[in-house]
Amino acid sequence: MKKNIIYLAIVFSFIFIFIVFYKGIYKTNIYVPNELNNKNLVQFSSKDLFSEVELNSSDLILNNKFTIINIWASWCMPCRAEHSFLMDLSKNSKINLIGLNYKDRPKNAKKFINNLGNPFSKILIDPDGTISIKLGAYGIPETFIINKNNKIVKIFIGQLNKKNLREIERIVEQ
Amino acid sequence: MKPKKFILLIILSILFYYGDLTANNNNVLVDKISKNLRCLICQGQSVYDSQSEFAVSMKLLIKKKIKEGNSEKQIYNYLKNQYGEWISYDTEINKKTYLLWLFPMFLFIIGGVLIFRKVFIN
Repeated sequence: MKKNIIYLAIVFSFIFIFIVFYKGIYKTNIYVPNELNNKNLVQFSSKDLFSEVELNSSDLILNNKFTIINIWASWCMPCRAEHSFLMDLSKNSKINLIGLNYKDRPKNAKKFINNLGNPFSKILIDPDGTISIKLGAYGIPETFIINKNNKIVKIFIGQLNKKNLREIERIVEQ
Repeated sequence: MKPKKFILLIILSILFYYGDLTANNNNVLVDKISKNLRCLICQGQSVYDSQSEFAVSMKLLIKKKIKEGNSEKQIYNYLKNQYGEWISYDTEINKKTYLLWLFPMFLFIIGGVLIFRKVFIN
């Protein structure tokens, strides 16, 4: 009897460990916290990429539109890949699209925009990456959706895709 | 050397030494804080160990925050607020982590009782 219990316990332990590891294989290893959701956007200021005028984030957030902050760089391949989606989003009149150029050379960033088009109403620069960290970003590309009350409603970590695009459109329609 | 020049040289040396000392102290604090922070995009590395863009920018931000006069605790709280409790290696005791903290103690006590019974009672 005792032997059977031990045998069963070992078998169940192995099954339990197997299930945990098996589930772990398919679980994304990108850590996405809920901490920033529904929080106010952190205030920041930086220079405009083209005019080099110092701008404050509060001046960029419009209270009649959803604001999208996209962190990008010319050296980032996924940023290049998602650019067409940003161009699509820029056509939506309910969206105010702001770019944050991450650790980039202004010359390369301008070239990138000139070649692929400018979806942003304003592009701020983040030469040392500290503004992105202040915002709570992990890397690039990263996209923050901010509602009319200056609250972060959604964060997309990584390259945007068609599904994300539809989700953003759904959010701004609300 | 004229006395005035000599005094000026001493003052400049003190200022230079003090500035260097402050910078060193700040760097020590940056290292200390970054060692206690998890690099969220790395595999098992602290912010201090990592050379990823995320970690490098975070170290710069910590340095800026120290220069602005923020205390160590304020910096931890700021980063926890932005990135969640997960960023810190020092897990706080709260209702979400009771099990994490208490379960090993519970196992330790159970193990102790079992050993005690085995050795002294049997």
